[in-house]
Amino acid sequence: MSISRRKFLQGLAATGLTTVLPSTAKAASRGEELATLLDLSKCIGCGACVEACKETNAHKFPRPKKPFPKMYPSRVKPSDWSDKQDVDDRLTPYNWLYIQTAYVTWQGEEYEINIPRRCLHCQNPPCANLCPWGAAAKQANGIVRINDKICLGGAKCKKVCPWHIPERQSGVGLYLKLLPSFAGNGVMYKCDRCFGRINQGLVPACIEVCPQDVQTIGPRDEIVAKAHKLAKEMGGYIYGEKENGGTNTIYVSPVPFDVLDKAIEKGPGRPHLSSVPNSMAKEENLAMAVIGAPVAGLAAALLTGISKVSQDKQGDKDE
Amino acid sequence: MNKQPKTIWSGRLFNFMVFGLMFTGMAQMPIFKRYYLADVPGFGWTADFYLNHILHYILATILLFIIFYRLGKFLRQPGREIELITPIGWVKIFIWAGLIFTGILRVLKNQPNIFFSPQVVVFLDWGHLGFAIILGLAALLGKILGQGYLRD
Repeated sequence: MSISRRKFLQGLAATGLTTVLPSTAKAASRGEELATLLDLSKCIGCGACVEACKETNAHKFPRPKKPFPKMYPSRVKPSDWSDKQDVDDRLTPYNWLYIQTAYVTWQGEEYEINIPRRCLHCQNPPCANLCPWGAAAKQANGIVRINDKICLGGAKCKKVCPWHIPERQSGVGLYLKLLPSFAGNGVMYKCDRCFGRINQGLVPACIEVCPQDVQTIGPRDEIVAKAHKLAKEMGGYIYGEKENGGTNTIYVSPVPFDVLDKAIEKGPGRPHLSSVPNSMAKEENLAMAVIGAPVAGLAAALLTGISKVSQDKQGDKDE
Repeated sequence: MNKQPKTIWSGRLFNFMVFGLMFTGMAQMPIFKRYYLADVPGFGWTADFYLNHILHYILATILLFIIFYRLGKFLRQPGREIELITPIGWVKIFIWAGLIFTGILRVLKNQPNIFFSPQVVVFLDWGHLGFAIILGLAALLGKILGQGYLRD
């Protein structure tokens, strides 16, 4: 970890990219969360980021064994994208980033807004918190990753994700070695914010190749401040700062996101842009009760004991 | 020790809590929809991961209170008759300790301002699941041997 961190510092110092905030290296060395800012007014939808993502992460893409195991019960169908690896107009196990386009009229002006879509890397990610197997987890630097060595492909992460981002490929992963017909169904895939490049002191491929400098990476508090400044300057709107309790992907757009949400194509692999309350809010509130219950139990036992002793003493006096 | 704990260990409330925790714990795995339970009228909620997660928290809160209340009562007794605990009772107590330890850490991990490394998360998840499975096996063994937590 220390080697990676050192490499990261050295690498970032050498990048000279304007899309990397100067304090990024220090924040990374302190183990702080890094966030990305996407200025949607700059994105021209050229697709360079999508291409770079595919090229950079190709070595992580699934190589399924066929035929797939026969699944029981028969209602469980395998998910197979291996023959559709070129699909780039939605999220798939082979396409972790794609561009949504919204044609809208806002305040009398016509806009074409291009929106790079991928995992938002939530601050308190339900995919990681509710994965019963530890396969999805958040790293100190804010990256939310699915471990393809242990993921069983149950797709719970996709169901609990407010944007249903992770996508499944069958015929790969640990389930093949356990109970392939009865439990699991492959591995879930999504953006891992190029964690390997970050460890090597590089920025994610989508940031590096963007000809428009749409994205900026840096410590989350600075990215949020920059997003607010940018939104104020353009009279724009922010998405991702508070969604699902806060994410590490902050979009700034000249058009309100509810307007964009109505204009984009949504469905499987094509996430929405509507506002999202904190999925983990109830658990966050209940946590104190769970953690406090042992103390409360011990205290109750102590208090009933004191009460009993005083009653016994009173009884002795009465006799 | 020989009177009070036995009533709670064999108590219906305790058993109901354990069953509820086992059920909502199993519901954290995506199996109830796959294996048709959620298709049974009135059981659709078994496939609701968030609902079952919250129920798991609530049941854990009640059970932890009961366990630690009983532990407190035991500890304040002048003559703690530890020798009354059966071998299988000791095994189950240690498994309970592991289950509670991993469960509480898992709850802490789900808080937004607390961070555990991915490696620790795997250890906690597999540990919690493993302790739940071996607790079930130990309980079964206890039934077969006719041994509870305490000697008669």
